[in-house]
Amino acid sequence: MLKGKNIPLAITFTVGLIMIVSFFIPHRPFGDIEQISLKWYSIIAGFTMLLGVDSLLGLHFRKVKRKEENWIHSIVLIAGFVMVVIAGVWGTIQYGSAFDERSFFTYIYNYFIVPLQSTMFSLLAFFVASAAYRAFRARNVDAALLLITAIIVMLGRVPVGELISPYLPKFTDWIMEVPQMAAKRGIGLGIYLGALGVSIRIILGIERSYLS
Amino acid sequence: MKIFEKLSHIDRRFIYILIAIVVIVPLLLKPKLPIVPTKPVKDIYDYVENLPQGSNILISIDYDAASMPEQQPFLEALLRQCFRNKLKPIMIVQWQLGAPLGTTGLEKIAKECNAQYGVDYINLGYRPGYVAQMVGIGREIRDYFAVDYKNVSIDSFPIMRNIHNYNDFALLVGLEAGATYLLWVEYAGGRFKQKIALALNAVSAPDAYYFYQSKQIIGLVGGMKGAAEYEVLENKPDLAVAGMASQSYSHILIILFIVLGNITYFVEKSRKKKEGGR
Repeated sequence: MLKGKNIPLAITFTVGLIMIVSFFIPHRPFGDIEQISLKWYSIIAGFTMLLGVDSLLGLHFRKVKRKEENWIHSIVLIAGFVMVVIAGVWGTIQYGSAFDERSFFTYIYNYFIVPLQSTMFSLLAFFVASAAYRAFRARNVDAALLLITAIIVMLGRVPVGELISPYLPKFTDWIMEVPQMAAKRGIGLGIYLGALGVSIRIILGIERSYLS
Repeated sequence: MKIFEKLSHIDRRFIYILIAIVVIVPLLLKPKLPIVPTKPVKDIYDYVENLPQGSNILISIDYDAASMPEQQPFLEALLRQCFRNKLKPIMIVQWQLGAPLGTTGLEKIAKECNAQYGVDYINLGYRPGYVAQMVGIGREIRDYFAVDYKNVSIDSFPIMRNIHNYNDFALLVGLEAGATYLLWVEYAGGRFKQKIALALNAVSAPDAYYFYQSKQIIGLVGGMKGAAEYEVLENKPDLAVAGMASQSYSHILIILFIVLGNITYFVEKSRKKKEGGR
């Protein structure tokens, strides 16, 4: 009987099976069903943004209302959100697209978002340097090997490596293409076999944690 | 031995200042360092160079401002090469926050090369649901990109008249800051046999080497270094080449920190051992 949890399980099984079959037999009717499903997926993906906005604003409005720690930051976030939405809508009305070079939305992007994101990412250089000094220790043979390899790769991947010796970049390429790749490929195969196993378990209704 | 004790408790702000100096000074002085193009980068360049005139290239912007120093120079070098060889770039975006970056880069190089919008290139913008698009483009691109980034019907542009699916693209180039490239390889490459070239951030480039070795991708541009190599191949050194000096000296400084940190560690360790033995 189709009731309770059986309904989503049946939908998952049917859709999963159709997707697998349409991958190997992309002809009618499977190809058409797959195409319709993908369009639905695309539309639903668009609406998930609304869920995200609802969740984000809900959280920060609560913080402001209860005057929780750093609630001032929440006001900045809400104000920023409102400003970007207005700029986007206004840019679309004024120039046909919010991404037009003359729009205030593009101004916000170029002079707020780009510097903020760049700053966040560039801070990594400082933390990596500090961590390298404090934590990267040759405590045992494995760590020593990792440390030596890292130093070779760090030198071989920049032009200074070429100045030290033309063989250094070549040796770095060998490290990247042979030992590094051997380990990565092993990890990659493991991950994909795991993903395949979980997918089959979900389609067959064995793995049901997504229902809770 | 007191010096090692002091070094083991060095103020991290001192490290930060040194890093700031080695990053900023080379950007101002612009020292010239040798940049030798590697095979994964050359493979992309040669492939694009040998495409017949009028070939369409699908460019996917899958990065945002955090990865701009690594990806934007490659985008610009690639677009210069495309316009020089009369190839037609068709841009799509999978990361919302990458859309303005892609638009800026495309418009900048198109202006520089006197390319005409809708005839020599087009910008289709961002759509949500990238897996659906990747599979859907295999059938009909209009199902997902009926209008360009300014909401104009793509059928009104001459460039799109004969473009329907992957069969109409000579190459797909993904500029990737995250793991979106895995899906391009899986769907566009695996299912529709689309030729793919990838430009990845330095941090994730090692993850894609096995796709290159198994010929699932034709080439790989890794981080700012790969972009600098592409600029050298295109014979127009620009931002990536300028950034390589900073990267070189900051790598050397980090190596010095590692060596110094380890010397301090071993000296302190032996001191503590001696003190414990007394």
